[in-house]
Amino acid sequence: MNGAEFLYGGAVKAFELIINLDPYVMSITGVSIKVSGTATILAALTAIPLAFALSFLNFRGKQGLITLVNTGMGLPPVFVGLFIYVMLVPAGPLGFLKMILTQEAMILAQYILVTPIIAGISLAAIKAVPGPIIETVYTLGGREKDAVITTLKEAKFGIITAILAGLGRALAEVGAILIVGGNIAETGSIAGIGEGLSRTRTLTTAIVSETSKWDISTALALGIILISLNLSVNLLANFFRGRD
Amino acid sequence: MISGIFETFINNVLCLNEHKVENILTKIIFFSILISLIAGCVQNTPSGDLTSMTKTAPPPQELVLATTTSTCDTGLLDVLNKKFEETNNVKILTVCEGTGKAIATGELGAADVVMVHAVQAELIAVANGSFINRTYMMYNYFVIIGPENDPAGIKTAKNASDAFSKIAARQSQFISRGDESGTYKMEKSIWKAANITPAGTWYQSVGKGMGETIVTANIKEGYTLSDRGTYLSMKDKTDLRILFEADQTYLFNPYHVMAVNPAKFQNVKYDLAIRYINYTTSQQAQDIIRDFGRDKYGEALFTPAIINERR
Repeated sequence: MNGAEFLYGGAVKAFELIINLDPYVMSITGVSIKVSGTATILAALTAIPLAFALSFLNFRGKQGLITLVNTGMGLPPVFVGLFIYVMLVPAGPLGFLKMILTQEAMILAQYILVTPIIAGISLAAIKAVPGPIIETVYTLGGREKDAVITTLKEAKFGIITAILAGLGRALAEVGAILIVGGNIAETGSIAGIGEGLSRTRTLTTAIVSETSKWDISTALALGIILISLNLSVNLLANFFRGRD
Repeated sequence: MISGIFETFINNVLCLNEHKVENILTKIIFFSILISLIAGCVQNTPSGDLTSMTKTAPPPQELVLATTTSTCDTGLLDVLNKKFEETNNVKILTVCEGTGKAIATGELGAADVVMVHAVQAELIAVANGSFINRTYMMYNYFVIIGPENDPAGIKTAKNASDAFSKIAARQSQFISRGDESGTYKMEKSIWKAANITPAGTWYQSVGKGMGETIVTANIKEGYTLSDRGTYLSMKDKTDLRILFEADQTYLFNPYHVMAVNPAKFQNVKYDLAIRYINYTTSQQAQDIIRDFGRDKYGEALFTPAIINERR
Protein backbone atom coordinates (compact mmCIF):
# COMPACT_ATOMS: atom_id res chain seq x y z
CA MET A 1 0.00 0.00 0.00
CA ASN A 2 1.23 3.49 -0.69
CA GLY A 3 0.39 6.64 1.26
CA ALA A 4 -2.52 7.72 -0.90
CA GLU A 5 -4.15 4.32 -0.54
CA PHE A 6 -3.86 4.56 3.25
CA LEU A 7 -5.46 7.99 3.15
CA TYR A 8 -8.24 6.74 0.91
CA GLY A 9 -8.74 3.70 3.16
CA GLY A 10 -8.85 5.99 6.19
CA ALA A 11 -11.44 8.27 4.62
CA VAL A 12 -13.65 5.32 3.64
CA LYS A 13 -13.31 3.84 7.12
CA ALA A 14 -14.11 7.19 8.78
CA PHE A 15 -17.24 7.46 6.64
CA GLU A 16 -18.33 3.92 7.54
CA LEU A 17 -17.72 4.45 11.25
CA ILE A 18 -19.74 7.67 11.23
CA ILE A 19 -22.60 6.29 9.12
CA ASN A 20 -22.89 3.11 11.21
CA LEU A 21 -22.74 5.14 14.45
CA ASP A 22 -20.20 2.60 15.68
CA PRO A 23 -20.80 2.48 19.47
CA TYR A 24 -17.12 2.35 20.36
CA VAL A 25 -16.21 5.28 18.10
CA MET A 26 -19.22 7.22 19.39
CA SER A 27 -18.07 6.57 22.95
CA ILE A 28 -14.49 7.76 22.40
CA THR A 29 -15.89 10.82 20.57
CA GLY A 30 -18.23 11.35 23.52
CA VAL A 31 -15.35 11.22 26.00
CA SER A 32 -13.39 13.69 23.82
CA ILE A 33 -16.31 16.13 23.80
CA LYS A 34 -17.09 15.69 27.49
CA VAL A 35 -13.51 16.07 28.72
CA SER A 36 -12.44 18.90 26.40
CA GLY A 37 -15.83 20.65 26.58
CA THR A 38 -15.94 20.62 30.38
CA ALA A 39 -12.31 21.70 30.64
CA THR A 40 -12.91 24.58 28.20
CA ILE A 41 -16.08 25.77 29.99
CA LEU A 42 -14.32 25.73 33.37
CA ALA A 43 -11.28 27.41 31.87
CA ALA A 44 -13.42 30.13 30.25
CA LEU A 45 -15.19 30.77 33.56
CA THR A 46 -11.79 31.33 35.17
CA ALA A 47 -9.91 32.97 32.33
CA ILE A 48 -12.38 35.64 31.16
CA PRO A 49 -12.91 37.20 34.62
CA LEU A 50 -9.13 36.94 35.07
CA ALA A 51 -8.53 38.81 31.82
CA PHE A 52 -10.93 41.56 32.93
CA ALA A 53 -9.32 41.75 36.36
CA LEU A 54 -5.91 42.11 34.69
CA SER A 55 -7.27 44.91 32.48
CA PHE A 56 -9.39 46.91 34.94
CA LEU A 57 -7.88 46.39 38.36
CA ASN A 58 -4.56 47.48 39.74
CA PHE A 59 -2.97 45.20 42.24
CA ARG A 60 0.41 44.06 43.40
CA GLY A 61 1.88 41.28 41.28
CA LYS A 62 -0.27 42.09 38.28
CA GLN A 63 2.63 42.19 35.85
CA GLY A 64 3.88 38.90 37.23
CA LEU A 65 0.48 37.33 36.71
CA ILE A 66 0.37 38.57 33.11
CA THR A 67 3.80 37.01 32.51
CA LEU A 68 2.54 33.80 34.08
CA VAL A 69 -0.50 33.77 31.77
CA ASN A 70 1.65 34.37 28.70
CA THR A 71 4.11 31.66 29.72
CA GLY A 72 1.24 29.31 30.46
CA MET A 73 0.04 29.62 26.86
CA GLY A 74 3.00 27.51 25.85
CA LEU A 75 2.91 24.88 28.59
CA PRO A 76 4.13 21.51 27.28
CA PRO A 77 1.20 19.05 27.66
CA VAL A 78 3.40 16.07 28.53
CA PHE A 79 4.94 18.02 31.40
CA VAL A 80 1.51 19.02 32.70
CA GLY A 81 0.39 15.40 32.39
CA LEU A 82 3.40 14.09 34.29
CA PHE A 83 3.02 16.73 36.98
CA ILE A 84 -0.65 15.92 37.55
CA TYR A 85 0.16 12.21 37.38
CA VAL A 86 2.68 12.36 40.22
CA MET A 87 0.32 14.55 42.26
CA LEU A 88 -2.68 12.26 41.80
CA VAL A 89 -1.22 8.74 42.05
CA PRO A 90 -2.01 7.05 45.39
CA ALA A 91 1.65 7.50 46.37
CA GLY A 92 1.42 11.24 45.60
CA PRO A 93 0.30 14.17 47.76
CA LEU A 94 -3.23 14.27 46.29
CA GLY A 95 -3.64 10.49 46.04
CA PHE A 96 -6.57 10.53 48.48
CA LEU A 97 -8.70 12.20 45.80
CA LYS A 98 -8.66 8.89 43.87
CA MET A 99 -8.67 10.81 40.60
CA ILE A 100 -5.87 9.08 38.69
CA LEU A 101 -6.95 7.31 35.48
CA THR A 102 -10.34 9.07 35.48
CA GLN A 103 -12.01 11.58 33.20
CA GLU A 104 -11.86 14.11 36.05
CA ALA A 105 -8.06 13.94 36.02
CA MET A 106 -8.11 14.51 32.26
CA ILE A 107 -10.41 17.52 32.70
CA LEU A 108 -8.04 18.93 35.33
CA ALA A 109 -5.04 18.54 33.01
CA GLN A 110 -6.77 20.24 30.11
CA TYR A 111 -8.15 22.97 32.38
CA ILE A 112 -4.57 23.85 33.33
CA LEU A 113 -3.49 23.84 29.68
CA VAL A 114 -6.45 25.82 28.33
CA THR A 115 -6.98 28.52 31.01
CA PRO A 116 -3.84 30.54 30.09
CA ILE A 117 -4.71 30.34 26.39
CA ILE A 118 -8.21 31.75 26.88
CA ALA A 119 -6.94 34.34 29.36
CA GLY A 120 -4.06 35.44 27.13
CA ILE A 121 -6.11 35.84 23.95
CA SER A 122 -9.00 37.50 25.86
CA LEU A 123 -6.53 39.91 27.43
CA ALA A 124 -5.19 40.85 24.00
CA ALA A 125 -8.77 41.32 22.73
CA ILE A 126 -9.62 43.58 25.68
CA LYS A 127 -6.43 45.60 25.22
CA ALA A 128 -7.32 46.08 21.58
CA VAL A 129 -10.52 47.94 22.45
CA PRO A 130 -9.75 51.58 21.55
CA GLY A 131 -9.22 53.83 24.57
CA PRO A 132 -11.52 56.64 23.33
CA ILE A 133 -14.51 54.26 23.44
CA ILE A 134 -13.99 53.63 27.14
CA GLU A 135 -13.33 57.32 27.76
CA THR A 136 -16.63 58.14 26.04
CA VAL A 137 -18.43 55.79 28.44
CA TYR A 138 -17.06 57.74 31.39
CA THR A 139 -17.74 61.09 29.70
CA LEU A 140 -21.35 60.10 29.25
CA GLY A 141 -21.58 59.49 32.98
CA GLY A 142 -20.97 55.74 32.93
CA ARG A 143 -19.29 53.93 35.75
CA GLU A 144 -16.73 51.16 35.89
CA LYS A 145 -19.54 48.61 35.38
CA ASP A 146 -20.58 50.29 32.13
CA ALA A 147 -16.98 50.41 30.98
CA VAL A 148 -16.66 46.65 31.56
CA ILE A 149 -19.89 45.96 29.67
CA THR A 150 -18.85 48.17 26.78
CA THR A 151 -15.45 46.49 26.66
CA LEU A 152 -17.10 43.07 26.67
CA LYS A 153 -19.30 44.13 23.80
CA GLU A 154 -16.38 45.48 21.84
CA ALA A 155 -14.07 42.54 22.56
CA LYS A 156 -16.79 39.92 22.01
CA PHE A 157 -15.28 38.38 18.88
CA GLY A 158 -11.84 38.22 20.35
CA ILE A 159 -13.18 36.47 23.43
CA ILE A 160 -15.17 33.97 21.38
CA THR A 161 -12.01 33.32 19.36
CA ALA A 162 -10.14 32.78 22.64
CA ILE A 163 -12.68 30.16 23.78
CA LEU A 164 -12.55 28.43 20.39
CA ALA A 165 -8.76 28.41 20.44
CA GLY A 166 -8.92 26.86 23.90
CA LEU A 167 -11.41 24.22 22.80
CA GLY A 168 -9.36 23.47 19.70
CA ARG A 169 -6.24 23.02 21.80
CA ALA A 170 -8.12 20.75 24.22
CA LEU A 171 -9.67 18.57 21.51
CA ALA A 172 -6.35 18.12 19.74
CA GLU A 173 -4.30 17.61 22.92
CA VAL A 174 -2.95 14.14 23.64
CA GLY A 175 0.21 14.29 25.73
CA ALA A 176 -1.38 15.14 29.07
CA ILE A 177 -4.58 13.10 28.90
CA LEU A 178 -2.74 9.99 27.73
CA ILE A 179 -0.66 10.04 30.91
CA VAL A 180 -3.33 10.96 33.47
CA GLY A 181 -6.21 9.07 31.82
CA GLY A 182 -4.39 5.93 30.66
CA ASN A 183 -6.26 5.51 27.34
CA ILE A 184 -8.60 2.96 28.95
CA ALA A 185 -11.33 1.20 27.00
CA GLU A 186 -13.45 -1.58 28.42
CA THR A 187 -12.76 -5.21 27.58
CA GLY A 188 -13.67 -5.94 23.99
CA SER A 189 -11.98 -2.81 22.68
CA ILE A 190 -8.63 -2.97 24.48
CA ALA A 191 -6.93 -3.68 21.15
CA GLY A 192 -9.03 -1.14 19.23
CA ILE A 193 -12.44 -0.98 17.59
CA GLY A 194 -14.67 -3.58 19.29
CA GLU A 195 -17.70 -3.94 21.51
CA GLY A 196 -16.25 -2.34 24.67
CA LEU A 197 -16.88 1.34 25.31
CA SER A 198 -14.41 4.05 26.23
CA ARG A 199 -13.59 5.02 29.79
CA THR A 200 -10.70 7.42 29.35
CA ARG A 201 -9.94 6.86 25.68
CA THR A 202 -10.44 9.89 23.46
CA LEU A 203 -10.09 10.36 19.72
CA THR A 204 -6.54 11.63 20.17
CA THR A 205 -5.32 8.92 22.56
CA ALA A 206 -6.94 6.28 20.34
CA ILE A 207 -5.05 7.72 17.35
CA VAL A 208 -1.81 7.28 19.32
CA SER A 209 -2.56 3.66 20.25
CA GLU A 210 -3.73 2.75 16.72
CA THR A 211 -0.57 4.32 15.33
CA SER A 212 1.63 2.35 17.72
CA LYS A 213 0.01 -0.83 16.37
CA TRP A 214 0.47 0.65 12.89
CA ASP A 215 -3.21 0.33 12.06
CA ILE A 216 -2.87 3.40 9.86
CA SER A 217 -6.29 3.42 8.23
CA THR A 218 -8.08 3.31 11.61
CA ALA A 219 -5.79 6.02 12.99
CA LEU A 220 -6.46 8.21 9.93
CA ALA A 221 -10.20 7.54 10.18
CA LEU A 222 -10.24 8.68 13.81
CA GLY A 223 -8.22 11.74 12.78
CA ILE A 224 -10.75 12.61 10.11
CA ILE A 225 -13.56 12.33 12.69
CA LEU A 226 -11.60 14.59 15.06
CA ILE A 227 -11.08 17.22 12.37
CA SER A 228 -14.77 17.06 11.42
CA LEU A 229 -15.65 17.61 15.07
CA ASN A 230 -13.39 20.65 15.26
CA LEU A 231 -14.83 21.94 12.00
CA SER A 232 -18.40 21.62 13.24
CA VAL A 233 -17.56 23.46 16.45
CA ASN A 234 -16.21 26.33 14.39
CA LEU A 235 -19.17 26.33 12.00
CA LEU A 236 -21.44 26.43 15.04
CA ALA A 237 -19.49 29.39 16.38
CA ASN A 238 -19.83 31.21 13.06
CA PHE A 239 -23.54 30.49 13.16
CA PHE A 240 -23.74 32.13 16.58
CA ARG A 241 -21.69 35.12 15.56
CA GLY A 242 -24.30 35.83 12.94
CA ARG A 243 -23.56 37.65 9.75
CA ASP A 244 -21.74 40.68 11.04
CA MET B 1 -28.09 44.89 39.61
CA ILE B 2 -26.06 41.74 39.02
CA SER B 3 -28.84 40.16 36.99
CA GLY B 4 -28.92 43.38 34.99
CA ILE B 5 -25.25 43.00 34.14
CA PHE B 6 -25.77 39.38 33.27
CA GLU B 7 -28.67 40.22 30.97
CA THR B 8 -26.65 42.85 29.21
CA PHE B 9 -23.80 40.36 28.92
CA ILE B 10 -26.04 37.73 27.34
CA ASN B 11 -27.65 40.28 25.06
CA ASN B 12 -24.34 41.57 23.89
CA VAL B 13 -22.67 38.24 23.41
CA LEU B 14 -25.55 36.69 21.56
CA CYS B 15 -26.15 39.88 19.48
CA LEU B 16 -29.74 40.05 20.71
CA ASN B 17 -31.88 42.90 19.55
CA GLU B 18 -35.53 43.27 18.65
CA HIS B 19 -35.51 42.49 14.97
CA LYS B 20 -33.23 39.51 15.37
CA VAL B 21 -35.27 37.72 18.02
CA GLU B 22 -36.90 35.16 15.75
CA ASN B 23 -33.57 34.22 14.30
CA ILE B 24 -32.13 33.87 17.77
CA LEU B 25 -35.01 31.67 18.88
CA THR B 26 -34.33 29.22 16.09
CA LYS B 27 -30.67 29.31 16.99
CA ILE B 28 -31.41 28.53 20.62
CA ILE B 29 -33.73 25.65 19.68
CA PHE B 30 -31.16 24.25 17.31
CA PHE B 31 -28.44 24.59 19.88
CA SER B 32 -30.46 22.88 22.63
CA ILE B 33 -31.21 19.95 20.34
CA LEU B 34 -27.53 19.63 19.57
CA ILE B 35 -26.53 19.85 23.23
CA SER B 36 -29.08 17.24 24.24
CA LEU B 37 -27.83 14.95 21.48
CA ILE B 38 -24.26 15.31 22.67
CA ALA B 39 -25.32 14.94 26.30
CA GLY B 40 -27.33 11.84 25.46
CA CYS B 41 -24.39 10.36 23.67
CA VAL B 42 -22.04 11.11 26.54
CA GLN B 43 -24.48 9.94 29.22
CA ASN B 44 -24.86 6.60 27.54
CA THR B 45 -21.14 6.10 27.53
CA PRO B 46 -20.26 4.97 31.06
CA SER B 47 -22.83 2.41 32.12
CA GLY B 48 -24.88 2.06 28.98
CA ASP B 49 -27.45 -0.66 28.81
CA LEU B 50 -30.95 -0.97 30.16
CA THR B 51 -30.55 -4.52 31.41
CA SER B 52 -28.15 -3.45 34.13
CA MET B 53 -30.69 -0.87 35.29
CA THR B 54 -33.72 -3.14 35.36
CA LYS B 55 -31.90 -5.94 37.13
CA THR B 56 -31.01 -4.90 40.65
CA ALA B 57 -27.58 -6.49 40.43
CA PRO B 58 -24.89 -4.60 42.35
CA PRO B 59 -22.73 -2.38 40.18
CA PRO B 60 -19.64 -4.22 38.94
CA GLN B 61 -16.42 -3.75 40.86
CA GLU B 62 -13.51 -2.27 38.96
CA LEU B 63 -10.08 -3.80 38.76
CA VAL B 64 -7.21 -1.80 37.26
CA LEU B 65 -4.74 -3.95 35.29
CA ALA B 66 -1.51 -2.32 34.11
CA THR B 67 0.15 -4.34 31.39
CA THR B 68 2.45 -4.47 28.43
CA THR B 69 1.46 -3.60 24.87
CA SER B 70 1.95 -7.16 23.56
CA THR B 71 -0.95 -8.56 25.60
CA CYS B 72 -3.19 -5.64 24.58
CA ASP B 73 -2.37 -5.12 20.92
CA THR B 74 -2.59 -8.81 20.02
CA GLY B 75 -6.16 -8.82 21.39
CA LEU B 76 -5.47 -11.55 23.98
CA LEU B 77 -6.83 -9.53 26.90
CA ASP B 78 -10.07 -8.73 25.09
CA VAL B 79 -10.80 -12.45 25.09
CA LEU B 80 -9.14 -13.46 28.36
CA ASN B 81 -10.63 -10.70 30.54
CA LYS B 82 -14.13 -11.11 29.11
CA LYS B 83 -14.62 -14.52 30.77
CA PHE B 84 -13.41 -13.24 34.12
CA GLU B 85 -15.68 -10.19 33.96
CA GLU B 86 -18.73 -12.31 33.13
CA THR B 87 -18.30 -14.75 36.02
CA ASN B 88 -17.22 -12.25 38.67
CA ASN B 89 -19.32 -9.12 37.99
CA VAL B 90 -16.15 -7.12 37.47
CA LYS B 91 -15.07 -4.48 34.97
CA ILE B 92 -11.37 -4.67 34.21
CA LEU B 93 -9.81 -1.34 33.31
CA THR B 94 -6.74 -2.18 31.27
CA VAL B 95 -3.88 0.30 30.97
CA CYS B 96 -1.56 -0.73 28.12
CA GLU B 97 1.85 0.88 28.48
CA GLY B 98 4.85 -1.44 28.30
CA THR B 99 6.44 -3.41 31.12
CA GLY B 100 8.59 -0.65 32.65
CA LYS B 101 5.71 1.81 32.94
CA ALA B 102 3.28 -0.90 34.06
CA ILE B 103 5.54 -1.83 36.97
CA ALA B 104 5.96 1.87 37.84
CA THR B 105 2.18 2.34 37.73
CA GLY B 106 1.79 -0.49 40.24
CA GLU B 107 4.61 0.83 42.42
CA LEU B 108 2.79 4.18 42.66
CA GLY B 109 -0.43 2.43 43.62
CA ALA B 110 -2.36 3.43 40.50
CA ALA B 111 -3.09 -0.20 39.51
CA ASP B 112 -4.37 -3.25 41.42
CA VAL B 113 -2.61 -5.95 39.40
CA VAL B 114 0.06 -6.00 36.68
CA MET B 115 0.83 -8.45 33.85
CA VAL B 116 4.38 -8.00 32.62
CA HIS B 117 7.37 -9.73 31.00
CA ALA B 118 10.74 -8.72 32.44
CA VAL B 119 11.92 -11.19 35.04
CA GLN B 120 14.75 -9.02 36.46
CA ALA B 121 12.57 -5.94 36.90
CA GLU B 122 9.76 -8.03 38.38
CA LEU B 123 12.05 -9.61 40.98
CA ILE B 124 13.39 -6.20 41.99
CA ALA B 125 9.85 -4.85 42.35
CA VAL B 126 8.81 -7.85 44.44
CA ALA B 127 11.94 -7.54 46.58
CA ASN B 128 11.25 -3.87 47.37
CA GLY B 129 7.80 -4.80 48.62
CA SER B 130 5.72 -3.24 45.85
CA PHE B 131 4.17 -6.49 44.65
CA ILE B 132 3.19 -9.87 46.05
CA ASN B 133 1.79 -13.14 44.69
CA ARG B 134 3.92 -13.08 41.55
CA THR B 135 2.57 -15.90 39.38
CA TYR B 136 3.82 -17.45 36.15
CA MET B 137 0.97 -17.53 33.61
CA MET B 138 2.32 -18.01 30.08
CA TYR B 139 5.32 -17.62 27.83
CA ASN B 140 6.43 -17.34 24.26
CA TYR B 141 9.74 -16.69 22.57
CA PHE B 142 11.29 -13.53 21.32
CA VAL B 143 12.19 -13.67 17.67
CA ILE B 144 14.89 -11.84 15.75
CA ILE B 145 13.29 -10.51 12.59
CA GLY B 146 14.91 -8.92 9.59
CA PRO B 147 14.86 -8.61 5.80
CA GLU B 148 14.23 -11.84 3.94
CA ASN B 149 17.68 -11.91 2.28
CA ASP B 150 19.30 -11.85 5.76
CA PRO B 151 22.43 -9.74 4.97
CA ALA B 152 24.17 -10.62 8.25
CA GLY B 153 23.44 -14.33 7.85
CA ILE B 154 21.94 -14.87 11.29
CA LYS B 155 19.86 -17.84 10.17
CA THR B 156 22.86 -20.06 10.85
CA ALA B 157 23.74 -18.47 14.19
CA LYS B 158 24.46 -20.79 17.13
CA ASN B 159 22.46 -18.73 19.60
CA ALA B 160 20.94 -15.28 20.09
CA SER B 161 24.18 -13.59 21.17
CA ASP B 162 25.95 -15.10 18.15
CA ALA B 163 23.19 -13.69 15.93
CA PHE B 164 23.63 -10.24 17.47
CA SER B 165 27.42 -10.50 17.02
CA LYS B 166 26.95 -11.25 13.32
CA ILE B 167 24.66 -8.20 12.96
CA ALA B 168 27.22 -5.99 14.75
CA ALA B 169 30.17 -7.40 12.74
CA ARG B 170 28.39 -6.77 9.49
CA GLN B 171 27.08 -3.40 10.81
CA SER B 172 23.66 -4.23 9.46
CA GLN B 173 20.88 -1.85 10.49
CA PHE B 174 19.47 -2.75 13.90
CA ILE B 175 16.41 -0.95 15.23
CA SER B 176 16.08 -0.93 19.00
CA ARG B 177 12.94 -0.24 21.07
CA GLY B 178 15.01 1.97 23.36
CA ASP B 179 12.29 2.21 26.00
CA GLU B 180 11.84 0.47 29.33
CA SER B 181 9.87 -2.39 27.79
CA GLY B 182 10.46 -6.06 28.52
CA THR B 183 11.63 -6.49 24.94
CA TYR B 184 14.27 -3.78 25.29
CA LYS B 185 15.48 -5.25 28.58
CA MET B 186 15.87 -8.59 26.80
CA GLU B 187 17.73 -6.93 23.93
CA LYS B 188 20.18 -5.30 26.34
CA SER B 189 20.90 -8.61 28.06
CA ILE B 190 21.66 -10.26 24.69
CA TRP B 191 24.10 -7.48 23.74
CA LYS B 192 25.70 -7.96 27.14
CA ALA B 193 26.02 -11.70 26.58
CA ALA B 194 27.61 -11.01 23.19
CA ASN B 195 30.00 -8.60 24.93
CA ILE B 196 29.10 -5.80 22.55
CA THR B 197 28.13 -2.22 23.32
CA PRO B 198 25.99 -1.40 20.30
CA ALA B 199 26.82 2.04 18.93
CA GLY B 200 27.21 3.65 15.55
CA THR B 201 25.03 4.61 12.66
CA TRP B 202 23.86 1.03 12.16
CA TYR B 203 22.24 0.93 15.62
CA GLN B 204 19.17 3.11 16.01
CA SER B 205 17.07 3.52 19.10
CA VAL B 206 13.52 4.65 18.34
CA GLY B 207 11.88 4.81 21.79
CA LYS B 208 8.58 3.55 20.48
CA GLY B 209 6.17 0.63 20.86
CA MET B 210 6.78 -2.75 19.23
CA GLY B 211 4.47 -2.10 16.27
CA GLU B 212 6.15 1.16 15.30
CA THR B 213 9.58 -0.36 15.84
CA ILE B 214 8.77 -3.19 13.42
CA VAL B 215 7.54 -0.63 10.90
CA THR B 216 10.74 1.40 11.28
CA ALA B 217 12.86 -1.74 10.84
CA ASN B 218 10.82 -2.56 7.76
CA ILE B 219 11.47 0.86 6.21
CA LYS B 220 15.19 0.74 7.06
CA GLU B 221 15.43 -2.92 6.03
CA GLY B 222 17.00 -3.65 9.36
CA TYR B 223 16.88 -6.25 12.09
CA THR B 224 14.98 -5.97 15.34
CA LEU B 225 14.00 -8.07 18.33
CA SER B 226 10.26 -8.62 18.75
CA ASP B 227 7.97 -10.68 20.88
CA ARG B 228 6.45 -13.40 18.75
CA GLY B 229 2.87 -12.31 19.41
CA THR B 230 3.24 -8.75 18.17
CA TYR B 231 5.24 -9.86 15.14
CA LEU B 232 2.58 -12.40 14.11
CA SER B 233 -0.19 -9.86 14.60
CA MET B 234 1.66 -7.53 12.19
CA LYS B 235 2.93 -10.15 9.76
CA ASP B 236 0.85 -8.91 6.81
CA LYS B 237 1.98 -5.31 7.33
CA THR B 238 5.69 -6.02 7.01
CA ASP B 239 8.19 -7.72 4.71
CA LEU B 240 10.38 -8.73 7.63
CA ARG B 241 10.66 -12.44 8.41
CA ILE B 242 11.57 -14.43 11.48
CA LEU B 243 15.24 -15.24 10.95
CA PHE B 244 16.22 -16.60 14.32
CA GLU B 245 14.14 -18.07 17.11
CA ALA B 246 15.70 -21.30 18.28
CA ASP B 247 17.48 -20.00 21.37
CA GLN B 248 15.65 -21.28 24.46
CA THR B 249 17.99 -19.54 26.90
CA TYR B 250 18.04 -15.99 25.70
CA LEU B 251 14.84 -15.66 23.77
CA PHE B 252 12.58 -17.19 26.41
CA ASN B 253 9.84 -14.68 27.24
CA PRO B 254 7.78 -15.54 30.33
CA TYR B 255 4.79 -13.45 31.44
CA HIS B 256 3.90 -13.05 35.10
CA VAL B 257 0.96 -11.51 36.90
CA MET B 258 1.43 -9.98 40.34
CA ALA B 259 -0.72 -8.06 42.80
CA VAL B 260 0.10 -4.63 44.18
CA ASN B 261 1.02 -5.08 47.84
CA PRO B 262 -1.99 -4.04 49.99
CA ALA B 263 0.40 -3.39 52.88
CA LYS B 264 1.78 -0.51 50.82
CA PHE B 265 -1.50 0.84 49.46
CA GLN B 266 -4.59 0.12 51.55
CA ASN B 267 -6.99 1.05 48.81
CA VAL B 268 -5.92 -1.49 46.20
CA LYS B 269 -8.42 -4.25 45.49
CA TYR B 270 -6.19 -7.05 46.65
CA ASP B 271 -8.86 -9.77 46.98
CA LEU B 272 -10.06 -9.10 43.48
CA ALA B 273 -6.47 -9.03 42.21
CA ILE B 274 -5.88 -12.46 43.75
CA ARG B 275 -9.06 -13.77 42.14
CA TYR B 276 -7.78 -12.48 38.80
CA ILE B 277 -4.33 -14.02 39.31
CA ASN B 278 -5.93 -17.37 40.20
CA TYR B 279 -8.11 -17.06 37.13
CA THR B 280 -5.14 -16.56 34.77
CA THR B 281 -3.72 -19.91 35.87
CA SER B 282 -7.09 -21.72 35.85
CA GLN B 283 -7.82 -24.41 33.28
CA GLN B 284 -10.36 -22.11 31.62
CA ALA B 285 -7.90 -19.23 31.16
CA GLN B 286 -5.03 -21.49 30.17
CA ASP B 287 -7.22 -23.01 27.45
CA ILE B 288 -8.01 -19.53 26.14
CA ILE B 289 -4.29 -18.68 26.07
CA ARG B 290 -3.41 -21.94 24.29
CA ASP B 291 -5.97 -21.38 21.53
CA PHE B 292 -5.70 -17.61 21.15
CA GLY B 293 -4.57 -16.56 17.68
CA ARG B 294 -4.89 -19.96 15.97
CA ASP B 295 -7.88 -18.86 13.89
CA LYS B 296 -6.46 -15.45 13.01
CA TYR B 297 -2.72 -16.03 12.69
CA GLY B 298 -2.60 -19.77 12.02
CA GLU B 299 -0.62 -20.40 15.18
CA ALA B 300 -0.88 -19.62 18.88
CA LEU B 301 0.79 -16.43 20.09
CA PHE B 302 1.38 -17.56 23.67
CA THR B 303 1.88 -20.89 25.42
CA PRO B 304 0.09 -21.42 28.74
CA ALA B 305 2.49 -21.95 31.64
CA ILE B 306 0.54 -24.58 33.56
CA ILE B 307 -0.27 -26.98 30.72
CA ASN B 308 3.36 -26.85 29.72
CA GLU B 309 4.47 -27.86 33.19
CA ARG B 310 2.17 -30.85 33.07
CA ARG B 311 3.86 -32.24 29.98
